[in-house]
Amino acid sequence: MTSGRAAGATITRGRVSGTLRSILVSIAYPALGFAVLLAVWWAWILFFVEAGSFQSSFAPDEGFRALVRLIENGTLNRHITASLKRIVVGLGIAAAIGIPFGLALGGIRPFARAAGLVTSFIRMVSPLSWTPLAIIWFGVGDPPVYFLIAIGAVWPIALSTSAGVASLDRQWLMLGRSLRASRIEMLRTIIWPGVRGDVLTGLRLGLTTAWIILVPAEMLGVDSGMGYFILDSRDRFAYADLVAAIIVIGALGFVLDRLAQWFLTPRRRSRARGAAGEPRPAEATPVPTAEYRI
Amino acid sequence: MAALPLRVTGATRRFRDRGHQLTVFESLDLEVQDREIFVLLGPSGCGKSTLLRVIAGLDVLDEGTVTLEAGDHGRDVGIVFQQPLLLPWLTVTENVSLGLDYRANQGARQDGAVEAILAEFGLSELAHAYPDELSGGQAQRVSLARTVVTRPRVILLDEPFGALDPLTRRTLQQWLLGIQQSMGLTVVMVTHDVDEAVLLGDRVALMSPSPGRISRTWQFSREARDPAHLAATRDEVLRAYGEVAPSLAPSTAAMPAI
Repeated sequence: MTSGRAAGATITRGRVSGTLRSILVSIAYPALGFAVLLAVWWAWILFFVEAGSFQSSFAPDEGFRALVRLIENGTLNRHITASLKRIVVGLGIAAAIGIPFGLALGGIRPFARAAGLVTSFIRMVSPLSWTPLAIIWFGVGDPPVYFLIAIGAVWPIALSTSAGVASLDRQWLMLGRSLRASRIEMLRTIIWPGVRGDVLTGLRLGLTTAWIILVPAEMLGVDSGMGYFILDSRDRFAYADLVAAIIVIGALGFVLDRLAQWFLTPRRRSRARGAAGEPRPAEATPVPTAEYRI
Repeated sequence: MAALPLRVTGATRRFRDRGHQLTVFESLDLEVQDREIFVLLGPSGCGKSTLLRVIAGLDVLDEGTVTLEAGDHGRDVGIVFQQPLLLPWLTVTENVSLGLDYRANQGARQDGAVEAILAEFGLSELAHAYPDELSGGQAQRVSLARTVVTRPRVILLDEPFGALDPLTRRTLQQWLLGIQQSMGLTVVMVTHDVDEAVLLGDRVALMSPSPGRISRTWQFSREARDPAHLAATRDEVLRAYGEVAPSLAPSTAAMPAI
C-alpha cells in the first residue's frame, strides 16, 4: 500500500472511472453485442445467400421494414394481443394449480413422498408431447394452447413454492402454534408471507417457460398469435414477415421477463427472509421437529 | 387450597429413538404461585426446556398432568423463546399484534392495547421499525411484548436472554424485574445461568439431569436480592449446581461474579 493520501486519490479516481465503466457496461457492451449479431446476420446474407433468391428476404433490413409495415397496418397488434391473452390465461391456470400443489408438496410430507416421483416423471415430458392429447381433450382453438402453457409453467411455480415452504424457519411455525393460530391463520399470517418471495420467483420462471411454449403451441388449431403468424408467413412465402415475427417474439419475451422481474421481485419490505437469520449460538436449545400440516 | 396459576404433577416425558429409550424427566412436581418469578435452573440437557414446552402445549407428557388456570381473558399460557422469532416482513407494531389477530386470543383484544404495551416496554419509538433495524435486546423485548399483549395467566420464558451479549442481558434482566412487578406477571423462566436465576427468581428450582428431577428449591425474599446477600446466595446455589452437574469442575461452572 502507498501512503494514505496517494491511496485516497486513487480511490477518488477509481470512483469516477467506475461510473464511466458502469455506463459502458450497461449500454455500450449490450449495444456492441447487438452490433455483432447484426453483422453476422448481414454477413450470412451477403456471403452465403444468392442475391435475389427467396432467402435474401431474410436480410435484417427487409425484416425491420416488414416490422414497421406490420405494426402500421395493425396486423401484428392483433397477433400480439392474442398471444398475450393466452400467456395470461395459461399462466393463471398454472399458478392456480401450481401454488397450492407446491404448498402441499413442501408442507405435507406424505404428500411429497407420494407425489415426488410422479412429479419428476411428468415434469420431464416435454410440454409439446401433450399436443395430440390436448387436441383430443380440448378440441381446437384456445383451450389446448392454455393447456400446453399451463402444463409447462406449472412445474417451476410448484417447485419454487415447495422449496419456499421447505426452507421456512420451522421455529416460525412453532411460534404460530404457541400463539394458538389455527391452520388457516398459520397459512395466512406465517406460511404465505414467508413463501411469497419464492412464489414470485416461480411465477417469473413460469412466465419464461410459458413464452417459450407459446409459439409452437400456437402452430396448431388457432388463427391468431405469434406462432400462427410464423406459419402463416411461411405459407405466404413472406419471409421478411417471418423475420419480423422472430424479432417481435424475442423483444416481447425480453420485455415480459423484465416486467416480471420488476413486478414479481419482492420489495425489501415484503421479502421472505432476512433478519431472522441472526447467528444462533451453539448452545441454542434444539427445536422439536414439529412436522406441520396445512 | 387457592387455585394456582400452574401446577405440574407426576410429569414424565420419554423420547424413543430407534428402540433406545431416554427418560427426559420423571415424576416431576412443581407449583407456581401467583405473581412470582419461578426459575427452573439446570445444566444443559436436564429437560427443563422440554418441560417448558410441555407446559406451553407444544409437547405432550407420557404420564402426569399439567393444570393451568385460565386467565381473565381466556388465555392460560404464553411462551417467549430464546430467539425473538420476529417475522421480518412485519413492523414492530404488527409483530406485537400478531397473536391478537388470531381468533383464539380475541378475548385479549382491546383498543390501544398494542400502543400501551409498546409504551410500557419502551418501544414506542420503534413502532414502525422492521426487525432488521432492531438490536438483539430490542428484538427480545418486542418478542416478550407479543406474548404479554395476549394476556396469558402464566408467561414462560425459555432462556430469553441466552442469545444476548452480557451487558444487554444484565440490562434486560433488571428491566424484566421492573416489568414483572409493575404488571404483576406470573413468570416461569428456564435458565442455566446461576446468576440470572438468583437475581430474578422469587423461587429457584434446581433440576438434575438424566432423568430430570427437581433436586432442590430455594425461596428468596426480596431482601436476598440486596448485593450483600446476593453473593452468599449465589455461592450456595452454585455449589448445589456443581453437584447436580458433576461433569463440570467447579471452576468451569463458576460464572463471573456480579
